[in-house]
Amino acid sequence: MASAVERFDDKARETFESVGQTTVYQGELLRHPVYTRVLHWMVALFFFLALFTGFGIYLPWLFRWFTPIFGGGQLLRAMHPWFGLGFVVFFALQTLNWLKPMAWTPADTNWMRHMKEMVSSQAKMEPPDTPFFNAGQKIQFWEIVGGSIAYLITGIIMWAGARTFGRIPVAISYVIHDISALIMLGGIFIHIYESTFGQPGTFQAMTRGAVSEAWAWTFHPAWYKDITGRDPVQACEAARRKMTAGNKS
Amino acid sequence: MISAHPGALPGHGVQRNLEVCKLVDTTTCIGCKACEVACVEWNDMPFSPTTFDNTYQTMPETRWNFWNLIKFNEHQKEDGTIQWLMRKDQCMHCADPGCLAACPADGAIVKYSNGIVDFNQENCIGCEFCVSGCPFNIPRFNPETKRVYKCTLCSDRVGEGLEPACIKACPTGCLKFGTKDDMKFIAEERAKQLRENFGMEKAGVYDPQSVGGTHVIYVLHDATDPERYGGLPKNPEIPWSYTVWKWLFKPVLGTFALFGLLGVCLHYVTAGPRRTQPEPPRKGERHG
Repeated sequence: MASAVERFDDKARETFESVGQTTVYQGELLRHPVYTRVLHWMVALFFFLALFTGFGIYLPWLFRWFTPIFGGGQLLRAMHPWFGLGFVVFFALQTLNWLKPMAWTPADTNWMRHMKEMVSSQAKMEPPDTPFFNAGQKIQFWEIVGGSIAYLITGIIMWAGARTFGRIPVAISYVIHDISALIMLGGIFIHIYESTFGQPGTFQAMTRGAVSEAWAWTFHPAWYKDITGRDPVQACEAARRKMTAGNKS
Repeated sequence: MISAHPGALPGHGVQRNLEVCKLVDTTTCIGCKACEVACVEWNDMPFSPTTFDNTYQTMPETRWNFWNLIKFNEHQKEDGTIQWLMRKDQCMHCADPGCLAACPADGAIVKYSNGIVDFNQENCIGCEFCVSGCPFNIPRFNPETKRVYKCTLCSDRVGEGLEPACIKACPTGCLKFGTKDDMKFIAEERAKQLRENFGMEKAGVYDPQSVGGTHVIYVLHDATDPERYGGLPKNPEIPWSYTVWKWLFKPVLGTFALFGLLGVCLHYVTAGPRRTQPEPPRKGERHG
């Protein structure tokens, strides 16, 4: 099973790499290959389509100005399940793609202990054992996996309706679906913030696919060590000395 | 108001807000279906194909363009004889409507002060939550217009002081229309008559209090078992999750999610971003 998934992912990465490309300049590292990036933006597209159409169903009075973009409330409602399905399908592929780097490790438990310092921006660098994804990213990822399963089950129940599944399952699904959506809505603010303003230099990982080495040793030191074989702290100090020397001259 | 006083009087314009009610006496219904035809005619519905399923029933259940259906049921009594039950199935116009509790679209379902529960299709988004909210299985989705429809209790006629179309068409007088108080009184008297003069000890009125009473009430031969009249629920219930979610958690948690946005903005202006290391020296900071 696991090997079948790996073969599928390898084949997909290979195929996408032959279509698109990732330019890695000197002083940079490959962060996300083309396949991962395409999946990410497909997930993002369907997420926002489903989110905005969902708003129109959640609070029709508040989003009445906005529903005409989707052809009116009825069409918006009719399209919402399809957008949701697109989100689930592409995120399922991303889940397979990321099964390995998203697995929880002792390093993540260690990261959680230092979360406060990182949230308050006091910690300059992440703990040295922070791998390709840190614990915060993994929590958000697995929340979306769980949330997507909840979306799918409750969504299908509401899609087929009370006349297929009965009144009570629909009434319960409605609440679970909304709670899942609100958790993800709160999460998307954090996700966008951390990948743009919160940690400058991150956004290009999902656009061009490459990040600077400095970004790598700062936020994912263990990954930096794996890829380059150099020690992240020493590399950072070397860069600091160079920078200071440059300032003096 | 009549008075010798020439001008406006204190209390001018005051009027009683009467709740209307439809009374269906199942003991005198002959199943002629005149009400079905009258409903289709008045509401200008297109022809709806009938389904023959070895009964006299026009179709298995109501449709988006067929709001009023006589349900036929054969009930075997304890002494082995057959009793033929006919019940006019339509929207019950509940005092606490489950459809309204479930509906997220403001103005799509309206409860008027006279007790009529009406759907305003221009505000309906076709989410079909009302279908799960209704204990009587009444709202019907039209896939073409993507909106939900049901009996309006001829709100347009009632507003003009007329009785609903089905009432006007009924030849036996089994359908009556008036104020809720009057209809309840007549129904109770009729049930008493059935108990005392016709040997129907269990005869009674169906006006379920679990939905706050309804604006369509029935006189039943046996009020202890309404289920046998084509699935009239004994204790119609509205899922509590709708009420709690819509009026409490929905606004509260929605606001909560927006705090995520507020949170990251505040984080940026207080804690500030985390930059890749090494950062350039800060102003006034000395290195080496």
